[in-house]
Amino acid sequence: MMLEKAILAIITMDKSKVDGGAPIFICGTKKELELIAASLEAITDGIAHALSDELFIIVKH
Amino acid sequence: MNEYTYAIIFGVVIGTITRIIMLRTDYRQYPTYLHGKIIHVSLGFIAASLGSLIVPAIMEKEYTAVTLLTVAATQFRDVRNMERNTLNEIDGYELVSRGKTYIEGIAISFESRNYLVIFTAFIATLIFILGNVFLAVIAAIICIVIAKVLMSGSTLKDIVDIEYQEVHFEGAGLYVDNIYIMNIGLPERQKEILKYGMGFILVPKNMNEINTIANLGQRQAILHDVSVSLGVFKDSGTPALTPLIKRDLDDGRLGVFVLPQVRDIEKAKKIIGSVPVLESAIKMPSKSSTHNS
Repeated sequence: MMLEKAILAIITMDKSKVDGGAPIFICGTKKELELIAASLEAITDGIAHALSDELFIIVKH
Repeated sequence: MNEYTYAIIFGVVIGTITRIIMLRTDYRQYPTYLHGKIIHVSLGFIAASLGSLIVPAIMEKEYTAVTLLTVAATQFRDVRNMERNTLNEIDGYELVSRGKTYIEGIAISFESRNYLVIFTAFIATLIFILGNVFLAVIAAIICIVIAKVLMSGSTLKDIVDIEYQEVHFEGAGLYVDNIYIMNIGLPERQKEILKYGMGFILVPKNMNEINTIANLGQRQAILHDVSVSLGVFKDSGTPALTPLIKRDLDDGRLGVFVLPQVRDIEKAKKIIGSVPVLESAIKMPSKSSTHNS
Protein backbone atom coordinates (compact mmCIF):
# COMPACT_ATOMS: atom_id res chain seq x y z
CA MET A 1 0.00 0.00 0.00
CA MET A 2 1.26 3.47 -0.90
CA LEU A 3 0.87 6.01 1.86
CA GLU A 4 -0.01 9.38 0.45
CA LYS A 5 0.70 11.31 3.60
CA ALA A 6 2.81 10.40 6.56
CA ILE A 7 3.95 12.09 9.74
CA LEU A 8 7.73 12.02 9.53
CA ALA A 9 8.55 13.62 12.86
CA ILE A 10 7.01 15.23 15.89
CA ILE A 11 8.61 18.23 17.55
CA THR A 12 7.27 19.17 20.94
CA MET A 13 8.01 20.98 24.17
CA ASP A 14 5.76 18.73 26.20
CA LYS A 15 6.73 15.06 26.05
CA SER A 16 3.65 14.00 28.00
CA LYS A 17 1.35 15.05 25.15
CA VAL A 18 2.83 12.79 22.46
CA ASP A 19 3.63 9.16 21.95
CA GLY A 20 3.78 6.67 19.12
CA GLY A 21 5.70 5.61 16.04
CA ALA A 22 7.17 8.78 14.57
CA PRO A 23 10.51 10.14 15.80
CA ILE A 24 9.89 12.64 18.58
CA PHE A 25 12.13 15.65 19.14
CA ILE A 26 11.83 17.33 22.52
CA CYS A 27 12.81 20.96 22.77
CA GLY A 28 13.22 23.30 25.70
CA THR A 29 12.25 26.61 24.13
CA LYS A 30 9.92 27.82 21.42
CA LYS A 31 12.91 29.14 19.49
CA GLU A 32 14.62 25.76 19.53
CA LEU A 33 11.37 24.14 18.46
CA GLU A 34 11.08 26.40 15.42
CA LEU A 35 14.73 25.92 14.53
CA ILE A 36 14.48 22.13 14.59
CA ALA A 37 11.18 22.19 12.73
CA ALA A 38 12.74 24.40 10.02
CA SER A 39 15.75 22.09 9.64
CA LEU A 40 13.59 18.98 9.55
CA GLU A 41 11.29 20.57 7.02
CA ALA A 42 14.23 21.30 4.73
CA ILE A 43 15.85 17.91 5.23
CA THR A 44 12.76 15.76 4.78
CA ASP A 45 11.07 17.83 2.04
CA GLY A 46 8.00 17.85 4.22
CA ILE A 47 5.86 20.65 5.61
CA ALA A 48 5.99 21.77 9.23
CA HIS A 49 2.45 22.05 10.53
CA ALA A 50 1.61 23.58 13.89
CA LEU A 51 -0.95 21.68 15.92
CA SER A 52 -0.50 24.01 18.88
CA ASP A 53 2.14 26.46 20.02
CA GLU A 54 4.29 23.72 21.47
CA LEU A 55 3.53 20.87 19.09
CA PHE A 56 4.71 20.71 15.47
CA ILE A 57 4.58 17.81 13.06
CA ILE A 58 6.47 17.31 9.81
CA VAL A 59 4.21 15.81 7.18
CA LYS A 60 5.18 14.44 3.81
CA HIS A 61 2.46 15.29 1.28
CA MET B 1 0.77 17.46 -64.59
CA ASN B 2 -2.93 16.85 -65.00
CA GLU B 3 -6.13 18.80 -64.50
CA TYR B 4 -6.05 18.27 -60.74
CA THR B 5 -2.45 19.25 -60.03
CA TYR B 6 -3.09 22.91 -59.26
CA ALA B 7 -6.18 22.10 -57.25
CA ILE B 8 -4.27 19.63 -55.09
CA ILE B 9 -1.34 21.99 -54.60
CA PHE B 10 -3.77 24.75 -53.68
CA GLY B 11 -5.56 22.53 -51.16
CA VAL B 12 -2.32 21.37 -49.58
CA VAL B 13 -0.99 24.91 -49.25
CA ILE B 14 -4.24 26.21 -47.75
CA GLY B 15 -4.41 23.26 -45.35
CA THR B 16 -0.84 23.74 -44.18
CA ILE B 17 -1.40 27.48 -43.73
CA THR B 18 -4.47 26.69 -41.62
CA ARG B 19 -2.36 24.46 -39.40
CA ILE B 20 0.31 27.14 -39.02
CA ILE B 21 -2.31 29.73 -38.09
CA MET B 22 -3.80 27.40 -35.48
CA LEU B 23 -0.34 26.59 -34.15
CA ARG B 24 0.23 30.26 -33.38
CA THR B 25 -2.81 30.52 -31.16
CA ASP B 26 -1.42 28.24 -28.49
CA TYR B 27 2.13 29.57 -28.18
CA ARG B 28 1.59 30.25 -24.49
CA GLN B 29 0.99 26.63 -23.67
CA TYR B 30 2.79 24.40 -26.10
CA PRO B 31 4.78 23.92 -28.29
CA THR B 32 7.09 26.81 -27.72
CA TYR B 33 10.11 25.35 -29.38
CA LEU B 34 11.12 24.80 -32.97
CA HIS B 35 11.18 21.03 -33.20
CA GLY B 36 7.72 20.68 -31.74
CA LYS B 37 6.47 23.15 -34.30
CA ILE B 38 8.09 21.28 -37.18
CA ILE B 39 6.39 18.07 -36.11
CA HIS B 40 3.00 19.72 -36.12
CA VAL B 41 3.46 21.60 -39.37
CA SER B 42 4.57 18.34 -41.04
CA LEU B 43 1.57 16.48 -39.69
CA GLY B 44 -0.59 19.37 -40.85
CA PHE B 45 0.95 19.01 -44.30
CA ILE B 46 0.08 15.30 -44.35
CA ALA B 47 -3.45 16.06 -43.21
CA ALA B 48 -3.81 18.71 -45.90
CA SER B 49 -2.56 16.28 -48.56
CA LEU B 50 -5.10 13.68 -47.49
CA GLY B 51 -7.90 16.23 -47.54
CA SER B 52 -7.13 17.49 -51.00
CA LEU B 53 -6.45 14.07 -52.55
CA ILE B 54 -9.95 12.89 -51.68
CA VAL B 55 -11.61 15.23 -54.18
CA PRO B 56 -9.83 14.04 -57.36
CA ALA B 57 -10.28 10.46 -56.13
CA ILE B 58 -14.04 10.94 -56.00
CA MET B 59 -14.05 12.74 -59.36
CA GLU B 60 -12.26 9.79 -60.92
CA LYS B 61 -14.78 7.43 -59.32
CA GLU B 62 -12.05 5.84 -57.19
CA TYR B 63 -14.35 5.54 -54.22
CA THR B 64 -12.20 3.10 -52.32
CA ALA B 65 -9.66 5.87 -51.93
CA VAL B 66 -11.91 7.24 -49.20
CA THR B 67 -10.78 4.36 -46.99
CA LEU B 68 -7.50 6.24 -46.83
CA LEU B 69 -9.26 8.56 -44.42
CA THR B 70 -9.46 5.79 -41.85
CA VAL B 71 -5.69 5.61 -41.96
CA ALA B 72 -5.69 9.34 -41.35
CA ALA B 73 -7.94 8.92 -38.34
CA THR B 74 -5.58 6.34 -36.85
CA GLN B 75 -2.62 8.54 -37.62
CA PHE B 76 -4.06 11.53 -35.83
CA ARG B 77 -5.19 9.53 -32.86
CA ASP B 78 -1.52 8.75 -32.55
CA VAL B 79 -0.85 12.47 -32.56
CA ARG B 80 -3.04 12.74 -29.50
CA ASN B 81 -1.16 9.89 -27.84
CA MET B 82 2.16 11.43 -28.73
CA GLU B 83 1.18 14.78 -27.20
CA ARG B 84 -0.23 13.10 -24.11
CA ASN B 85 2.88 11.02 -23.59
CA THR B 86 5.32 13.87 -24.12
CA LEU B 87 3.46 16.22 -21.83
CA ASN B 88 2.98 13.55 -19.17
CA GLU B 89 6.70 12.80 -19.25
CA ILE B 90 7.76 16.39 -18.74
CA ASP B 91 4.96 17.25 -16.33
CA GLY B 92 6.79 15.61 -13.43
CA TYR B 93 9.60 18.11 -13.83
CA GLU B 94 7.43 21.22 -13.77
CA LEU B 95 7.52 23.17 -10.52
CA VAL B 96 3.77 23.51 -10.80
CA SER B 97 2.45 20.67 -12.92
CA ARG B 98 -0.09 21.06 -15.69
CA GLY B 99 -2.25 18.23 -14.48
CA LYS B 100 -3.75 15.39 -16.47
CA THR B 101 -6.94 17.21 -17.43
CA TYR B 102 -5.02 20.08 -18.98
CA ILE B 103 -2.74 17.67 -20.84
CA GLU B 104 -5.75 15.78 -22.16
CA GLY B 105 -7.29 19.06 -23.28
CA ILE B 106 -4.14 20.02 -25.17
CA ALA B 107 -3.85 16.54 -26.72
CA ILE B 108 -7.47 16.56 -27.88
CA SER B 109 -7.09 19.94 -29.50
CA PHE B 110 -3.97 18.81 -31.37
CA GLU B 111 -5.90 15.89 -32.82
CA SER B 112 -8.96 17.89 -33.74
CA ARG B 113 -6.89 20.59 -35.39
CA ASN B 114 -5.63 18.06 -37.89
CA TYR B 115 -9.19 17.13 -38.77
CA LEU B 116 -9.99 20.78 -39.33
CA VAL B 117 -7.00 20.92 -41.67
CA ILE B 118 -8.31 17.93 -43.64
CA PHE B 119 -11.71 19.59 -43.87
CA THR B 120 -10.27 22.93 -45.02
CA ALA B 121 -8.05 21.31 -47.64
CA PHE B 122 -11.00 19.24 -48.87
CA ILE B 123 -13.27 22.26 -49.27
CA ALA B 124 -10.54 24.36 -50.91
CA THR B 125 -9.73 21.66 -53.48
CA LEU B 126 -13.38 20.93 -54.16
CA ILE B 127 -14.24 24.57 -54.84
CA PHE B 128 -11.07 24.95 -56.93
CA ILE B 129 -12.12 22.08 -59.20
CA LEU B 130 -15.82 22.88 -59.36
CA GLY B 131 -15.46 26.65 -59.50
CA ASN B 132 -12.31 28.70 -59.96
CA VAL B 133 -9.33 29.91 -57.99
CA PHE B 134 -11.03 33.06 -56.67
CA LEU B 135 -13.98 31.19 -55.28
CA ALA B 136 -11.55 28.71 -53.78
CA VAL B 137 -9.60 31.47 -52.02
CA ILE B 138 -12.83 32.88 -50.57
CA ALA B 139 -13.95 29.42 -49.43
CA ALA B 140 -10.54 28.79 -47.87
CA ILE B 141 -10.66 32.07 -45.95
CA ILE B 142 -14.15 31.23 -44.66
CA CYS B 143 -12.90 27.78 -43.58
CA ILE B 144 -9.91 29.26 -41.76
CA VAL B 145 -12.15 31.74 -39.94
CA ILE B 146 -14.54 28.93 -38.94
CA ALA B 147 -11.60 26.80 -37.78
CA LYS B 148 -10.32 29.72 -35.70
CA VAL B 149 -13.73 30.23 -34.09
CA LEU B 150 -14.16 26.52 -33.42
CA MET B 151 -10.74 26.31 -31.83
CA SER B 152 -11.08 29.17 -29.39
CA GLY B 153 -13.05 27.77 -26.47
CA SER B 154 -14.26 29.87 -23.59
CA THR B 155 -11.94 31.20 -20.91
CA LEU B 156 -12.38 31.53 -17.17
CA LYS B 157 -13.40 35.19 -17.28
CA ASP B 158 -16.57 34.11 -19.10
CA ILE B 159 -17.66 31.92 -16.21
CA VAL B 160 -16.29 33.51 -13.03
CA ASP B 161 -15.72 36.91 -11.43
CA ILE B 162 -12.19 37.35 -10.11
CA GLU B 163 -11.50 39.37 -6.96
CA TYR B 164 -8.17 40.06 -5.28
CA GLN B 165 -7.92 39.20 -1.58
CA GLU B 166 -4.91 39.53 0.73
CA VAL B 167 -3.83 36.22 2.19
CA HIS B 168 -3.83 36.12 5.98
CA PHE B 169 -3.12 33.75 8.86
CA GLU B 170 -5.37 32.72 11.70
CA GLY B 171 -2.98 30.92 14.02
CA ALA B 172 -1.13 28.53 11.74
CA GLY B 173 -3.98 28.38 9.21
CA LEU B 174 -3.51 30.19 5.91
CA TYR B 175 -6.69 31.77 4.55
CA VAL B 176 -7.78 33.54 1.39
CA ASP B 177 -10.88 35.46 2.44
CA ASN B 178 -12.73 32.83 4.51
CA ILE B 179 -11.37 29.85 2.59
CA TYR B 180 -8.86 27.69 4.46
CA ILE B 181 -5.85 26.82 2.33
CA MET B 182 -3.33 24.98 4.52
CA ASN B 183 -1.50 24.84 7.83
CA ILE B 184 1.91 26.52 7.89
CA GLY B 185 3.73 26.01 11.17
CA LEU B 186 6.97 27.96 10.90
CA PRO B 187 6.79 31.72 11.47
CA GLU B 188 9.60 32.13 8.94
CA ARG B 189 7.53 30.46 6.21
CA GLN B 190 4.48 32.44 7.24
CA LYS B 191 6.42 35.65 6.71
CA GLU B 192 7.53 34.51 3.25
CA ILE B 193 3.99 33.59 2.34
CA LEU B 194 2.60 36.92 3.53
CA LYS B 195 5.30 38.67 1.54
CA TYR B 196 5.04 36.74 -1.72
CA GLY B 197 1.61 35.15 -1.60
CA MET B 198 -1.40 36.55 -3.39
CA GLY B 199 -4.99 35.46 -2.98
CA PHE B 200 -7.83 35.55 -5.46
CA ILE B 201 -11.45 34.58 -5.07
CA LEU B 202 -13.22 33.14 -8.09
CA VAL B 203 -16.97 33.58 -7.84
CA PRO B 204 -18.85 31.31 -10.25
CA LYS B 205 -21.62 32.97 -12.21
CA ASN B 206 -24.09 30.06 -12.08
CA MET B 207 -24.69 26.43 -11.08
CA ASN B 208 -22.93 24.92 -14.12
CA GLU B 209 -19.85 26.96 -13.38
CA ILE B 210 -19.72 25.85 -9.75
CA ASN B 211 -19.25 22.29 -10.94
CA THR B 212 -16.87 23.19 -13.73
CA ILE B 213 -14.40 25.10 -11.58
CA ALA B 214 -14.62 22.54 -8.79
CA ASN B 215 -12.83 20.10 -11.12
CA LEU B 216 -9.34 19.43 -9.75
CA GLY B 217 -7.81 19.41 -13.22
CA GLN B 218 -9.30 22.81 -13.99
CA ARG B 219 -7.88 24.15 -10.73
CA GLN B 220 -4.43 22.76 -11.50
CA ALA B 221 -4.60 24.41 -14.93
CA ILE B 222 -5.18 27.79 -13.25
CA LEU B 223 -2.17 27.30 -10.97
CA HIS B 224 0.01 26.17 -13.85
CA ASP B 225 -0.87 29.09 -16.09
CA VAL B 226 -0.33 31.66 -13.34
CA SER B 227 2.99 30.09 -12.37
CA VAL B 228 4.19 29.95 -15.96
CA SER B 229 3.19 33.51 -16.78
CA LEU B 230 4.18 35.28 -13.55
CA GLY B 231 6.88 32.97 -12.23
CA VAL B 232 6.63 31.04 -9.00
CA PHE B 233 8.33 31.52 -5.63
CA LYS B 234 9.12 27.87 -5.10
CA ASP B 235 11.83 25.30 -5.49
CA SER B 236 12.00 21.55 -5.25
CA GLY B 237 12.12 20.56 -1.59
CA THR B 238 9.96 23.44 -0.41
CA PRO B 239 6.52 21.85 -0.35
CA ALA B 240 5.31 24.52 2.07
CA LEU B 241 5.55 27.03 -0.78
CA THR B 242 3.02 25.38 -3.03
CA PRO B 243 0.31 27.32 -4.84
CA LEU B 244 -3.06 25.82 -3.97
CA ILE B 245 -6.72 26.26 -4.73
CA LYS B 246 -9.36 25.33 -2.21
CA ARG B 247 -13.09 25.51 -2.42
CA ASP B 248 -15.73 27.10 -0.25
CA LEU B 249 -18.12 24.22 0.32
CA ASP B 250 -21.02 26.57 1.02
CA ASP B 251 -21.20 28.39 -2.26
CA GLY B 252 -18.58 26.81 -4.53
CA ARG B 253 -16.30 29.85 -4.64
CA LEU B 254 -12.62 29.07 -5.17
CA GLY B 255 -9.83 30.50 -3.07
CA VAL B 256 -6.72 30.73 -5.23
CA PHE B 257 -3.42 31.01 -3.40
CA VAL B 258 -0.42 31.70 -5.64
CA LEU B 259 3.18 32.73 -5.11
CA PRO B 260 4.09 34.73 -8.20
CA GLN B 261 7.43 36.41 -8.73
CA VAL B 262 5.77 39.26 -10.56
CA ARG B 263 3.32 40.64 -8.01
CA ASP B 264 1.02 42.58 -10.28
CA ILE B 265 -2.63 42.23 -9.30
CA GLU B 266 -4.10 43.36 -12.62
CA LYS B 267 -1.82 41.10 -14.65
CA ALA B 268 -2.60 38.15 -12.42
CA LYS B 269 -6.33 38.78 -12.79
CA LYS B 270 -5.95 38.89 -16.56
CA ILE B 271 -3.97 35.66 -16.60
CA ILE B 272 -6.48 33.82 -14.43
CA GLY B 273 -9.22 35.20 -16.64
CA SER B 274 -7.62 33.84 -19.79
CA VAL B 275 -7.08 30.30 -18.49
CA PRO B 276 -8.98 28.05 -20.90
CA VAL B 277 -12.05 26.27 -19.57
CA LEU B 278 -11.02 22.66 -20.07
CA GLU B 279 -13.38 20.58 -22.17
CA SER B 280 -13.23 17.63 -19.83
CA ALA B 281 -13.98 19.83 -16.83
CA ILE B 282 -17.15 21.37 -18.22
CA LYS B 283 -20.28 20.16 -16.47
CA MET B 284 -23.81 21.03 -17.46
CA PRO B 285 -26.17 20.05 -14.65
CA SER B 286 -28.65 22.61 -15.97
CA LYS B 287 -29.14 20.39 -19.03
CA SER B 288 -30.28 17.45 -16.95
CA SER B 289 -34.02 16.87 -16.86
CA THR B 290 -34.01 16.02 -13.16
CA HIS B 291 -32.28 19.29 -12.33
CA ASN B 292 -34.90 21.27 -14.18
CA SER B 293 -38.01 19.47 -12.95
